Amino acid sequence: MGKGRKEGKLMYSNKVMDHFSNPRNVGELADANAVGEVGNAKCGDIMKMYLKIENDVIVDVKFKTFGCGAAVATSSMATELIKGKTVKEAMELTNSAVVEALDGLPPAKIHCSVLAEEAIKSALADYYKKQGIDPVPIVGCSGCCQDCHGHHE
Amino acid sequence: MLDRTVYVDNAATTKLDEAVLKDMLPYFTEIYGNPSSLHSTGVEALKVLTKAREDIAEALNCEAKEIYFTSGGTEADNWAVRGAAYARMKKGKHIITSAIEHHAVHHPLKILEKEGFEVTYLPVYENGIVRVEDVKRLIRDDTILVTIMLANNEIGTIQPIKEIAEITREKGILLHTDAVQAVGQIPVDIKDLNVDLMSFTAHKLYGPKGIGALFIRNGVVINRFMEGGAQERNRRAGTENIAGAVGFASAVKRAVASLEENSAKLTKMRDRLIKTVLTTIPYTRLNGDAEKRLPGNANFSIEYIEGESILLMLDLNKISASSGSACTSGSLDPSHVLLALGLSHEVAHGSLRISLGHNNTEEDIDYILEVLPKITKTLRNMSPLWEKVEKREN
Repeated sequence: MGKGRKEGKLMYSNKVMDHFSNPRNVGELADANAVGEVGNAKCGDIMKMYLKIENDVIVDVKFKTFGCGAAVATSSMATELIKGKTVKEAMELTNSAVVEALDGLPPAKIHCSVLAEEAIKSALADYYKKQGIDPVPIVGCSGCCQDCHGHHE
Repeated sequence: MLDRTVYVDNAATTKLDEAVLKDMLPYFTEIYGNPSSLHSTGVEALKVLTKAREDIAEALNCEAKEIYFTSGGTEADNWAVRGAAYARMKKGKHIITSAIEHHAVHHPLKILEKEGFEVTYLPVYENGIVRVEDVKRLIRDDTILVTIMLANNEIGTIQPIKEIAEITREKGILLHTDAVQAVGQIPVDIKDLNVDLMSFTAHKLYGPKGIGALFIRNGVVINRFMEGGAQERNRRAGTENIAGAVGFASAVKRAVASLEENSAKLTKMRDRLIKTVLTTIPYTRLNGDAEKRLPGNANFSIEYIEGESILLMLDLNKISASSGSACTSGSLDPSHVLLALGLSHEVAHGSLRISLGHNNTEEDIDYILEVLPKITKTLRNMSPLWEKVEKREN
């Protein structure tokens, strides 16, 4: 988006608009072995992440998002940041790193980056669960339950 | 893609009419006096201001001395609500309003509630219109003010103000109407409406921003809103915006003169837009009454996608529209107007307001109808909610 949008109310960076208008890794992964969904339609944001993990490495990732421009852009950027990374490295992804990679977000949109982080953690929790490992001590609260989403408000 | 922007956010503001601008220009540099000054430069400005007031009054059928200039619709709404409440608080502290008023009315009411006033918020039902019988039923002995908008800014619904006025007048209760969206869009005859207070503004009818007015019926006493000088017959202090008043008068006169022609043009375009969107894009609905709505207003809920994303995509395609989406306001709650219609939060998040103006053409509608389905498809393909719909249907 051009200068006009930057000067506008939302003040999205060019990078946010690039990831919104050309989102990377959109779609479903038929052979995903880790799927996570966070958010709440009532709040206007739902993110679903599909990961394909081989030998502890995220070899492919796709997402689907219902939400605003920032929700789409943070989903897109988060998938880019974890693609090719190990599970341990993906676990260390923070919402701040997503915000930084997008050259910032308006304060009212920071919750979208939190949701992106939680979506990945929710998928990783699913990965651990499928291996019979309790994810809570490793991942912590993944934000996958409706109760947890309350803190974004 | 078009090589120009299709502006369909006329409910937010309109493009200043070039003829209006031309009328205003001499009053910035040539006739620049302060109307409160005694010298001839000031007297000249006062004459211009008086003429502007007379022109507006004539166009809307009231007396010139009943028009008080303000900085815009918000100030006029704030002044009407608070001024009437404080002036009448000895008689009672109950106020009736609708659930879909603009924040310029709701926010001062919230302040009054904190100060001990009691406010009843009327429902608007699925069609976005208040029922006269509800007003009648909810009036109490201590009701001092009813404030209900003439036309809604989001869903464009037109309220039965004349019928409500019959009740309030009989009971001796003040009636204020926020006519910011109505003046210039539908016929507004103040005497016929029979209201006590009416807010309206210039920039919604191809006039300048920063000038509005409050109609205060002769004999109605409300408290002053601005303290300072004795301008506006000692009721609203501050040096008058002469060029703005001239532009306001010019815009109102032009809007009223061309109302019938523009209304017919906008209604035709609006109806084609609504019909085509509803029949070609599945899971869409029109918000607000199909008939009793402003000629240029089309407000849709497009399910399974979010309003801000729709707007951004439209903007990337050079279409400027609006939404009642929460994300455009920085809050997580969608528009109070859409929720008042009984829409779920999920559906209310995917709202799109297209407000047409007299500069729009059939070609603009064609372009919107070309772009919107593509955007809807793109965003739905990205939406996990739509994924569930597709799985359910297959």
